[in-house]
Parts: sequence; structure tokens; C-alpha cells
Amino acid sequence: VCIHRVRSCSSIRFIKSKYVCVFDKSALKFSHQQRLFRTSAVSCGQIVQFKLSDIGEGITEVTVKEWYIKEGDSVSQFDSICEVQSDKASVTITSRYDGIIRKLHYSIDDIAFVGKPLVDIEIDASKGVASEEDVVETPPMSHDEHTHQEIKGHKTLATPAVRRLAMENNIKLSEVVGTGKDNRILKEDILNYLAKQTGAILPPSPKAEIVPPQRKAEAVPAAPKDKARKVPVPVSRPIAFAGKDKTEPVTGFQKAMVKTMSAALKIPHFGYSDEIDLTQLVQLREELKPLAEIRGVKLSFMPFFMKAASLGLLQYPILNASLDENCQNITYKASHNIGVAMDTEQGLIVPNVKNVQVCSVFDIAVELNRLQSLGSAGQLGTSDLTGGTFTLSNIGTIGGTYAKPVILPPEVAIGALGKIQVLPRFNSKGEVFKAQIMNVSWSADHRIIDGATMARFSNLWKSYLENPASMLLDLK
Amino acid sequence: MVLQSLKNCVWLSCILRTPKACFWSAASGGLIIQSVSNDVYQNLAVEDWIHDHMDLEKQQILFLWRNSPAVVIGRHQNPWQECNLRLLRQKNIKLARRRSGGGTVYHDLGNINLTFFTTRKKYERLENLKLIVKALKALRPQLEVHVTDRFDILLDRQYKISGTAAKLGRTSAYHHCTLLCNADKFVLSSVLKSPYKGLKSNATPSVPALVKNLFEDDPSLTSEMLLDAIAKEYAVQHKINHHITLINPADETLLPGISDKTKELQTWEWVYGKTPKFSVSTCLNMAYKDSVLDVKVNMDVKHGRIEACNIDLPEQWLPPGLYSELVKSLTGSKFCPNETTTLLTALLRVCPQDNELHSRWSLLCENMIRLM
Repeated sequence: VCIHRVRSCSSIRFIKSKYVCVFDKSALKFSHQQRLFRTSAVSCGQIVQFKLSDIGEGITEVTVKEWYIKEGDSVSQFDSICEVQSDKASVTITSRYDGIIRKLHYSIDDIAFVGKPLVDIEIDASKGVASEEDVVETPPMSHDEHTHQEIKGHKTLATPAVRRLAMENNIKLSEVVGTGKDNRILKEDILNYLAKQTGAILPPSPKAEIVPPQRKAEAVPAAPKDKARKVPVPVSRPIAFAGKDKTEPVTGFQKAMVKTMSAALKIPHFGYSDEIDLTQLVQLREELKPLAEIRGVKLSFMPFFMKAASLGLLQYPILNASLDENCQNITYKASHNIGVAMDTEQGLIVPNVKNVQVCSVFDIAVELNRLQSLGSAGQLGTSDLTGGTFTLSNIGTIGGTYAKPVILPPEVAIGALGKIQVLPRFNSKGEVFKAQIMNVSWSADHRIIDGATMARFSNLWKSYLENPASMLLDLK
Repeated sequence: MVLQSLKNCVWLSCILRTPKACFWSAASGGLIIQSVSNDVYQNLAVEDWIHDHMDLEKQQILFLWRNSPAVVIGRHQNPWQECNLRLLRQKNIKLARRRSGGGTVYHDLGNINLTFFTTRKKYERLENLKLIVKALKALRPQLEVHVTDRFDILLDRQYKISGTAAKLGRTSAYHHCTLLCNADKFVLSSVLKSPYKGLKSNATPSVPALVKNLFEDDPSLTSEMLLDAIAKEYAVQHKINHHITLINPADETLLPGISDKTKELQTWEWVYGKTPKFSVSTCLNMAYKDSVLDVKVNMDVKHGRIEACNIDLPEQWLPPGLYSELVKSLTGSKFCPNETTTLLTALLRVCPQDNELHSRWSLLCENMIRLM
């Protein structure tokens, strides 16, 4: 039936060029026999020239600055069509008709004239020119494609796509609060409405159970508790999930990660993890924090971790090295430029503190503060982000215990630090005591680093941190 | 002057039932409101909210607001062309793009903003500006102020003390303007001077003008006095009470949906991404070793992202593979120093590790980033 109509329509086209036959494209998307049949009966539309209306203040011409639609798009009455500018005034032009855009009369930066056609819109011949009259609300089950539905004397504005969504989910538009312009109902409003419906079926949140019954209150506190306990009977209708996949190009910080991590894949990683008792370090930091604050610096654990790592690298310099492309030569780097993984709004960034081998713990703290404020402002420079030789990632500030960090080329090792937890441990006397435990997970390049080296480095690093006083002996 | 804080109001139910919200009982023909916030994004969001949700048929609105240091560009302008983005970032001055047309302005607490909301039919900028001049003269009769046909207000016949812009929608419109009371002219002139060369675009250009603070003619004037004088004149002309109602732009119950509007105004896509297509055609003068390299750079930027990029480096200055990686990385990325720095430093990790190459790369990166 449908194909037959196409043929008959195209023959009409040659006879009467004034009318162009078109199928409502949206109807074709759904193989809904009923709907197709109906809309195919009103397939021939009329092209109306929508003229640029008076702007006011005697203005006769404007510059077209942005189009919100393109040829072929379907629009509803009151949808924004374009933005024009005239003498410091920016004007949003909205459509007066429902239909499909057939022609844009101007390009961006062209001068448009008041009273002359702006766009050509093809409207449904059956509906005629959309008028401002109210339309009686139709029951939601109806497949009628009315442009407007009435809620208590007011028009409900919604695009055809939104109305379809509501119809598919058996939602009455009158029950949905619109948050768009002129209280227009948007797709988000339908989805929010749906979410509220599904929420009624989920079990009550645990919070409701915490309300203590022995509180000497009246029946009132008990009532809400009861209400929360009552699980509403699940509605039998199927909840249609209307979410759509969204594809976007990989750009920015993610593009940088793709580059770096793809190169890291070439490195054969091995992992080594351990547990560090930071009880003494925690105490030490508590004592030193106020001193640093007086000097205007925030002292975290990282400066200690970094200084201890640098001391360790002095004994095991192969962990601060770089392997060339052909795996022919190892370059032992003199500087310990220790990178610190930073989580910013845009994504992962790894600036490094230069020459940790000649810095005091306080120096490192100062530099970290500087890098952190630049990082959060998105103002790190190239020198801050290049030249790293070894990296530490304090993922524990967000959470986690053991991790599997990825080495950042051209480096050969990396450490991920978990969160500090208070756990019971046995001391030398066999007594249980409260210990501040943190886990570390190292990854190293197995082409030039063996497990024994990594283990010994880790043990040395661990000993410095578990007994901070021992750092004093080797501090440079 | 009576200041009322708006707390409990039955109008919330009004919003949900009627297509356009009516704030207060429409007995009066006008309403004067003042923002308690100095955040430019929050205040611009209030303008959007009123424009979208309020029925201005029965009452017109005057909105008074001031911002902490910010540069505000017009809807169709190019921020790289209009201001010194590097300086803004350094000084932590915010950049905002408003929805009305017109040129770029610098706001700080010494500058007051006035927005006149009316229906589309009653949109009349000249009348609003005349109202302001009348208020100024009533406050200080000796002030030499007048309105020009470019909708500016001039002091002493030559100094601009107010700039105007407007936004027209289907049924409502607003006209807003600034008024320089005691703004920092030094910061103003330095941030509104763009250091970026070789930009070619059809974005609306600003017309630079000599400015002066009203405070310079009369040191007894303060922003508060000016706000009050203008409110008084508005009240007289609209035959309403001289009440200024305070509103909090963060109040979601008062202005449902306002936090989304505020967020949108702060997104990169709005502030930078709405820049009309432009091209950068310039020459980098890179001092390398003992010579200076002239490197021609051409870039096309659309929606704030680099569409096409060409850098005329001397042959073999960079390994060819690396040059094509560079162009590939930049294409599709934001025309933004932070993103470019991240991308280019990441690339450095995966190329041959020799110091010569690294210093050339760093030099090129630094110069490219300076363009943004």
C-alpha cells in the first residue's frame, strides 16, 4: 500500500510543481502499520514562506549569526530557528509553523531583511497553517498526532519526538512538568517522570529503617516509617528505557591518555605489592603540619613518600632509567624528577617535581602546592609536564588498596599508593595494636628490571617510611 | 528605600499552573529586584530565567546587579579578539559570554548593571537610557551626561560611561546596560587589549572608547547611591512603590531551573565553543640556538576547536612522523592552552628520547600555546 502511494505521489509531482509530496519522515522510522497508513493519506504538504517579522525600533535589516536548524529538519511552532543580530541586539527568531524546513534563504553573516522570506517551511496540507486555537486534550492511548494538548486551559508544548516518547510509555503530557521554554515539555522531563515511576517500585532506602522506634514521639514518626516500609505493588506495564547511545570523538585529555597508554602497552609490566605500617609517619606528620602551615605550606604525606623514593633510587638507579627504542641502551637519569598523578576536572595529568634528590621534604611540599594550584586552574606549563623519570600515584586519596598502575613511558617504574586504613596488627611482643596501614603496588619494566631489584627497592622505601628517623641517616 | 527579602511566596504554585510565571501579585505595573550575588554567571542566569519564565505583560522588571571582576563578551563575539585571555587567567578574572549582542565590557564592583525587562512590543532602549540620565541629573544636577544615538551614555561629551546590549525573544525582551561608577580603569584597559595577532573572523567586533568613572567627576558618588537613584526614577515612571526586592540567584525554589542555567553559562562549549568560525594566520618567531626561526602557522577554528592546522617548519627540523602526529593531535582539539599542553607533552613521551629533539619540541609547544 505504502509503495503504491509513493508512486502515485511522484507522478503528481510532475503535474503540479506547486505541491511536493512527502512522507512524514518520522512515520517511516517506525514500522507501525496503522500510523503509516494514516499519514500517507495526508502526505502532500504546502510550502509556506516564513518571513522575518518586525524587530522593532524601525530596524529594517539584521545579520544572520547562527542557524539552529538545517534544511530537512522538522520544526514545531515556537522552536528556535535562528539568531540574528542588529545593532547590539541579539534576536531569537522562532517558528510560527509546524513542518519541515525546506530552504534557508540566508547563510551565516548574510544581511536579512525584515518582511522578506527567511525560511521556507513545508506544512501538512491537512492541518493548514498552525493557528493559536486551543485543542481538546486527547487520551494518551490515541495515536493522533495533535500538535497541542490542553492542560487546564493551557497549551502543552512538545515536539513530535517528545509526544511519541510519552505515547510509547503511556504518559499523559498533562502530568509532566515542562522545564523548557514556555513550559515546553522536553525529553528530559519525560525521562525524569519515568524515573520517578520506576522509583516507586524500588525497595525503600535503608535510611527509613534507622528511625528508632523507642523515640518518645507520637504516632507521627512511626507513620512515615510504615509508609516507607510499604513496598508499592509493582505496576505491570513494561518500563521502556528510552536512553540512546551517544557517540563523540576522543579529544583533549583522553586523546593524550590514548597516546601514552598505547605506548605503555609495549612495556612488559610486572607487579609487586606490599603493606606499609605508617603509624610512626602519621604521628610525625601531625607534629610537622603546623610548622609547615606557619610557613604557608600544606604538608601532605606525598613529600615523605617522594623523598623516601628518591633515597631508594640512589641505591637502585635502574628504576630511574630509560630504555631506548631498540632496547639497546639503558640511560640512567641523574635527576630524580618524580611525577605525581593529578586528577583535574578535565582528566588525568602528571606534572613532576624536579630534582627531588637535592630537595628537602619541605621543598617538595612547596613545589607540590604550586603544581596542585596550577593543575586545578588548568595552567600547568610544558616544563612541569615533561622530563619525569619516576612516578607515584596517590590513588588512595580517592580510595582503594591494591592497584595495577601503568608505567608512563619513557619511564620504567611506577608506584600506586592505596588508602591509609587503621587495622589490627601484631607487634614484636605478640600484642595486637592499632596500626596505620597503607598498601603500595609497584609496576616495573621487566625488560630491564627484575623482581628482586623491585623487591629490595620496595623494602628500603618501606623501611624509611616505617621508621622515619632512619631517613635522617641517609638524607642528602 | 525598603529592602525586602523574598522567602515564602505563593507564586511557586503560580509557576506550575500558568505558562509564564508571575512573581508577585500583578497589582503593580513594575518590579525592581536586586541580586545579592556578585557572580557574573549567576546573575546572567537570572536574566535568562526571567526572560524565559516570566510574564511581562502585566509588569515590567528592573534588575540591578554587580559583579566581581569579570569580562563579558557579546553573544557573537570572539574572546581571543576581544581580550587578553592570558592576563585573565593569571589574574583569575572570569570570562562570560552573555546572550545579548553587542561588544565586550569589563565588570567589577565599581560598575553597575541594569536590565530592563519588557514584552517584545514594549522594547524601547532609548527610553530606558533617558531614564538613567534623568536619575543621574536628579542626583547630581551638575553632571554633564547625555545619551547618544549609538545607545551609549557620555560624560562630559566625550567619555563613555555606559554600554548597551539587548536580547529579543518571541514574546519578551530585555535591554541591559552598564554604568561606570568607580571601576578599575587600569585593569579594564589592560584586559580589554588583545595580544593575539593574525585572527580573521566575522565575529562582532567591539568599538573601543575612552571611558571615565562618574566617581572622577564627583568623588562623593557611590555605586549604592546610583542604584538607588535609578530605582527611584524607575519607580516614579512606572508608578510603583520604591521597593527593591533582593533575590538570591542560587535559590532553586525561587527560580526553578536556575542552577542548570548557571552551569550552562560556565561550560567551555558556551563561553568558547560559541565563537563564530575564525582563522589564525600568524608567524612564530622562535629563538633557537643562535638564530631566529620564522614559522608560519595557519589554523581554522570552528566551535572553539581546531578544524585544520598547518605549521611551516624547516625541513627535517622535526622527524616527519612526529610532525604528522602533532597535526593529528591538534586537529579536533580545543583551541585551549591547557588541552594543547597536555596533548603535546603526552606526544613527547612516545617519540625518540634525545635532548635536541626535546628542546625543539618544547620550544614549538611554548610558541603554539602562546597563540591561545
